[in-house]
Amino acid sequence: MSQRKLFAHELEARLDDLLLLSLRQRSAKAPAAQLEALPRELQERVLHWAAVAAQTSDDLGWLIASLAAAQAADLGDEFDDWVRAGLDAYDRSGLAATRKALNDYAEACRSRAKHSAHGIAFAAIEGRLSHFLHALDGRPLKLATGPQAWTDSETLWLPERLDAMPDAAGNRGLYKAMAALLWAQTRFGSFNVDPEPELDLWPDREAALRWFAVFEAMRLEARLAAELPGLARDIADLRGPWPAALAADAAKLARPGATAADSLAALARLREVGAGETPVFPHVGAIDPVAARRVRAARIVRDMAVLRRALNVMAATASRAGAADNPDHPPLAAEGGMQVPDPQADLLALPPAAREAAKSLMQDFGEIPPEALHAAGPGAWQPVDGVDEPVTAGVTTQPDAFYDEWDYRRGSWRHGWCHLYEMEGPAGDREWVDEVRTRHAHLIRSIRRRFEALRGEDKPQKRQFDGEEIDLDAQVEARADRKSGGEPSPRLFVHRRRVERSLAVMFMVDMSGSTKGWVNDAERESLVLLCEAIEALGDRYAIYGFSGWTRTHCDIYRIKRFDDRYDVETRRRIAGIEARDYTRMGVAVRHLAGLLMRQNTRHKLLVTLSDGRPDDYGDEYRGRYGIEDTRRALLEAREKGIRSYCVTIDRHGADYLPQLYGPAHYSVIDDAKKLPRKIAEIYRKLTA
Amino acid sequence: MNLSRTPGPPDARADVSGFATPLVRHATEPYYHAIGDETGVFAAAAQSGLPVMLKGPTGCGKTRFVQHMAWRLQRPLVTVACHDDLTTADLVGRYLIIGDETVWMDGPLTAAVRAGAICYLDEIVEARKDTTVVIHPLTDARRALPVEKRGEYLEAPPDFMLVISYNPGYQSVLKEMKPSTRQRFVALDFDYPEATVEANIVAHEGGVDAATAQQLVKLGGLTRKLKGAGLDEGAGTRLLVHAAQLIAKGMAPAVACTAAIARPLADEPDTRDALDDLIRAVF
Repeated sequence: MSQRKLFAHELEARLDDLLLLSLRQRSAKAPAAQLEALPRELQERVLHWAAVAAQTSDDLGWLIASLAAAQAADLGDEFDDWVRAGLDAYDRSGLAATRKALNDYAEACRSRAKHSAHGIAFAAIEGRLSHFLHALDGRPLKLATGPQAWTDSETLWLPERLDAMPDAAGNRGLYKAMAALLWAQTRFGSFNVDPEPELDLWPDREAALRWFAVFEAMRLEARLAAELPGLARDIADLRGPWPAALAADAAKLARPGATAADSLAALARLREVGAGETPVFPHVGAIDPVAARRVRAARIVRDMAVLRRALNVMAATASRAGAADNPDHPPLAAEGGMQVPDPQADLLALPPAAREAAKSLMQDFGEIPPEALHAAGPGAWQPVDGVDEPVTAGVTTQPDAFYDEWDYRRGSWRHGWCHLYEMEGPAGDREWVDEVRTRHAHLIRSIRRRFEALRGEDKPQKRQFDGEEIDLDAQVEARADRKSGGEPSPRLFVHRRRVERSLAVMFMVDMSGSTKGWVNDAERESLVLLCEAIEALGDRYAIYGFSGWTRTHCDIYRIKRFDDRYDVETRRRIAGIEARDYTRMGVAVRHLAGLLMRQNTRHKLLVTLSDGRPDDYGDEYRGRYGIEDTRRALLEAREKGIRSYCVTIDRHGADYLPQLYGPAHYSVIDDAKKLPRKIAEIYRKLTA
Repeated sequence: MNLSRTPGPPDARADVSGFATPLVRHATEPYYHAIGDETGVFAAAAQSGLPVMLKGPTGCGKTRFVQHMAWRLQRPLVTVACHDDLTTADLVGRYLIIGDETVWMDGPLTAAVRAGAICYLDEIVEARKDTTVVIHPLTDARRALPVEKRGEYLEAPPDFMLVISYNPGYQSVLKEMKPSTRQRFVALDFDYPEATVEANIVAHEGGVDAATAQQLVKLGGLTRKLKGAGLDEGAGTRLLVHAAQLIAKGMAPAVACTAAIARPLADEPDTRDALDDLIRAVF
């Protein structure tokens, strides 16, 4: 590539060409002018990414190009990550979110550039912090980044990056201190009193909130000191002593029984004497009682409902169990108003979901509010089985799983991109399988004979140092040796070692529309023969079909699970395999590899039966994108210890299969009719 | 019971004493702090000739409980740590060749039956599936052990007792116990003791003061919350006692906890760092 910078008019023409701007009556004049100043290498990268983005949507391409023109200079090495963050945001929430994500990213980048090298990025400490917080008591908290440190009592927001401290360890400590104080806000009831009456008396609400946060920090640090003294010491070291003017307040708030109300009282005193400049402590985050109390209120309603329902069930069960007959234990009926066993005393008696709800309520009130302990009124409730299970409708409306997909052009993932539905394969004609078995009876017999020979069995290993039985041959020999003055061998035992094949095989069957006709028949016949063969071998195997229609409808059909037997039902499902829609392979590989991983066998094998390359309707999956994604999925499987093999009826398969499966890991069958005869042999060679 | 069908141990002309199963008799009481009614249930099961199954996470006192009960019931104890290559012969016994002779050697299970001991099969699910079947006749009304290789049908004396343990927490689905085995046992659930009790145990076993023991228990509780979120299992009481023992030898608490608790639990960097943070936070 030449190092010559492109001129504005050249850039304009290239952009116009890439994004079809003239059709949309847009002009690339302004971005081109800005791009002109960049080095050639960066210019080319902007053009490249604009093109990549335009493949997803023209608007997205235009957005990337125009924002890149303004911001690329600031982004430097992070330009690629910046674009990926934008594309990711587009996949998640659309164009407006993309614009915001890109601007935020660039802003963060600029502010970072001003800072030292000792700063710590949130991403670098997220895993550690999240484990740390998880271990602490209380409700589970999510971690996220935001412009300032604060919590709504369910999520902790922490800054993208910290470098207020002179070294990296200090900045890590600062993150920990911030997170710990925010955790303490949720754990020790900062939002359990309503601060609004007091806040209303302040002319400057913002200042009042900053003071409130400082007082709460004083109180919470003392609470921390009681539970986690080491942590409190670290925080105290980090902030230095409290200002002398506040020492009295700090001492008051450090008393063991102090609550958020005491912090508000301190705030009221301060208002009366007149507040000065708010002191700034780097580890004290912001406090937003309105947001937090809103989240708290919603949570309380939720927790109350869960707890009440559980108590109702318990009460009803207890009364049905004949508690009414026992004079020492009055009936615990759900007849309204009657108290049930005290969950504060005995949380363990509650089912897990209700136990969590009760703990959460205790956190939100300091105790479980009495109204939560009343059973609902008469007739308001009927015992239902499985109240804690989510309602499952007959028709699946929620995807069973989401899978990431690899976009080779971006060199990154599209998160949660594929919506996967797993369902039972439809049952087909039961006579069909019988007919196939009769037609191939001879073949089946010979396959069975050959496969039975492969079966793993107890093989006695002779001449071992140790074993369950004595090896008579070795013993006779040793005796003879000794008699003749030779040195007898010490290997005198037989050890029975079970030679287990320890193999689990997953068959992934292409049910795409293109298999209609001969190919589908061949697939089904092959599966029947395979089942006969593998039954003779005793390997664990499963069969799943896959098809789909765009990324939001990736379907997996269960034909035979690992634990299913090869019985009439399974055979009917094999007969029921039919040509459906498209072949989005990556997501199917990921899902089935996940199922295969649950098998505790030494060897795991994923065999794909297919008639062509990965393909899907409409979007970019056809072509290189699909091949790259599938390749990636197969690589992931290999890293987990799954070997993959592909049997395909696609004469052009040799073009792309080596790239997907590796040179020796596929078979191309040129004629669908030959598949049933060949498949068993392929399997035998593969697993011998 | 007709003991006449039970021949005594074979007359060992050659010296095989080095291979004999050790029958452990505890002279002093092994320390054990009862949490619930487990000692009562165990003693009743022992009197009724019922086998017992102990379930619970690692390091919560299952083995110590058996030692304690063996002492209390004044019976010898035979412990077998099961592994995935444990064969029937490893439990029942085999012929050894000494010089020109074959000499029968009782396995630990047979030895325990003969001696009327408590046989404790630790982590039974680790053993091969076909191996666990040999204990079946010992666990029902027959209370007998067929020793096929010797053509011997060994009836268990009243004092013989079979105890197995397993950890339902981390084992894979494949290592589940078969219902046919499982339903022969009286089962006792073990869990970490509650904080004050556990602190007493740590103080007693580790030789540290009450305050240090409480801190260690606090730390243990925090790591247990990480089960399934970075750790397969939190720190058991045993690990806490190890840390206490190091502290009692003069190590700084943070150093002792890192060595005795954090490092054995985790390899993954984020989890390790988080454990370090927790140790720092507690002390």
